[in-house]
Amino acid sequence: MSTPVKRTPLSERRLLKIARPIIIIVALIATWQLTVTLTGAPKYMLPTPVDVWHTLITRYAVLFDHARYTIAETVIGLFAGATLGALAAIPMALFTPVRFWLMPILLVSQAIPFFALAPLLVLWLGFGLASKIAMAALIIFFPVTVAFFDGLARTEPGWLDLARTMGASRWRLLTHIRLPAALPAFASGFRVATAVAPIGAVIGEWVGSSHGLGYLMLHANARVQIDMVFACLLILCAFSITQYFIVDRVLRAALPWQPDSLTPVR
Amino acid sequence: MTDTDIPPHSAPNPTQFDIDLRSARVAFGGVDIFHDLDLGLPAGSFTCLLGPSGVGKSTLLRFLADLVEGDVSGNITCSDGVPLKGRIAYMAQQDLLLPWRTVRENVELGASLRGQRPDHDKADRLIAEVGLSNAAHLRPAELSGGMKQRAALARTLMEDRPVVLMDEPFSALDPVNRLRLQELAARVLRGKTVLLVTHDPLEALRLGDFVHVLRGSPARLQDAITPAGHSPRDITDADILRQQAQLLRQLGTNETAAAVPENAQ
Repeated sequence: MSTPVKRTPLSERRLLKIARPIIIIVALIATWQLTVTLTGAPKYMLPTPVDVWHTLITRYAVLFDHARYTIAETVIGLFAGATLGALAAIPMALFTPVRFWLMPILLVSQAIPFFALAPLLVLWLGFGLASKIAMAALIIFFPVTVAFFDGLARTEPGWLDLARTMGASRWRLLTHIRLPAALPAFASGFRVATAVAPIGAVIGEWVGSSHGLGYLMLHANARVQIDMVFACLLILCAFSITQYFIVDRVLRAALPWQPDSLTPVR
Repeated sequence: MTDTDIPPHSAPNPTQFDIDLRSARVAFGGVDIFHDLDLGLPAGSFTCLLGPSGVGKSTLLRFLADLVEGDVSGNITCSDGVPLKGRIAYMAQQDLLLPWRTVRENVELGASLRGQRPDHDKADRLIAEVGLSNAAHLRPAELSGGMKQRAALARTLMEDRPVVLMDEPFSALDPVNRLRLQELAARVLRGKTVLLVTHDPLEALRLGDFVHVLRGSPARLQDAITPAGHSPRDITDADILRQQAQLLRQLGTNETAAAVPENAQ
């Protein structure tokens, strides 16, 4: 059986899948080095990739120590924000009056710039982890709530009709039909949250903190240790990507019926 | 059409009561979809409801299922004196299978929605009856259109309700699968009171003991046509084709068709 359409063999496609991120990273580093070489930028303005690599290796202990704080704030903030978002979305979807009262509050909360909130949170919750966790949780609360509420509100009406003829109670309608049906929507909100949660934590650290990569960046920047700033940024990037990748994998495995995680059949 | 010979493969619990719908009225946005509508569904009969799109066939079906909200009135009485509510099973045009449940879990949905322990043996028996034994562990996304509607039929049978309301359940299928599923439904639902909404006159004549046309605005029910013999009928039969022509006349825009006596029963 030969088809006239040319297809890349599977092994080649798999190889490309692994090679692609490596190619992208190498190209980015090359562009970076090229920019330094061509512009002749001094080290205190734009360090070379080699400088930053050197800092990563020699200052590893300091960087790792501060990264722990940022990672902890992000992960705890992510789960706190997602839990609160889910807890807000469910009553909003179930009870119309709750929706009418809560929706305007949610929208107003989005009108407040989070940068402006950070100093207040530090004032109220202190210099420690709590204010950064609150910042990360706040920043992701809205995308999670809206996505999950949308999913809950858009249950296929036919499923609800069917469930009513089967004699389902309001509670079982929620647990057996509306909640599982809204999980893919919740998952997409959670994916967005995963990408923005580190931003919340770092903003919190900038405003008032003695730990974390945000604090370290600000500290190094003031001392013109730009290689250190870049090292912090690289660690943040690596963490964000890893976290997103893990969350995405877990969500796909947990929701195998989701259209985007299905392998095409027939 | 009363026949004395017992047809094979009857449903296990034949329905024992007649349903009488009187003065049904449904209005959306102040406009009556139908009013003063009367319909009788004799025990164990298969009734088909034909009509142009948007005339209110599905609304009438949903009215019986108590799924219409808003401006609704009318009396539904059952000859055994027990309310109809809670004694119907509903099957729609879409399969309405839950994508996160396997075929078997979908068939057992009713029990889990009522917090009961599902009867796995019964579910397996019904899945086998609709020919899905090898697919019981699959999720709906892995099934073809015909298989999905078979699973939906098994879920409907699992409920074992005396009254089955079906809203164009076969209309999304290809012709071969449609004929197969009609045959299967006719066999497994024999003895139950069935109301089937369809836009296909041949489907109605193939399956129905009584075939009503719903037309007009507000919609009115035309006198029933009663095809001879047992369902599933041979659609190449001359009588059936003659009755199809009669139904098409009733369905058509030709206003002379309105001369057929209106408002049956």
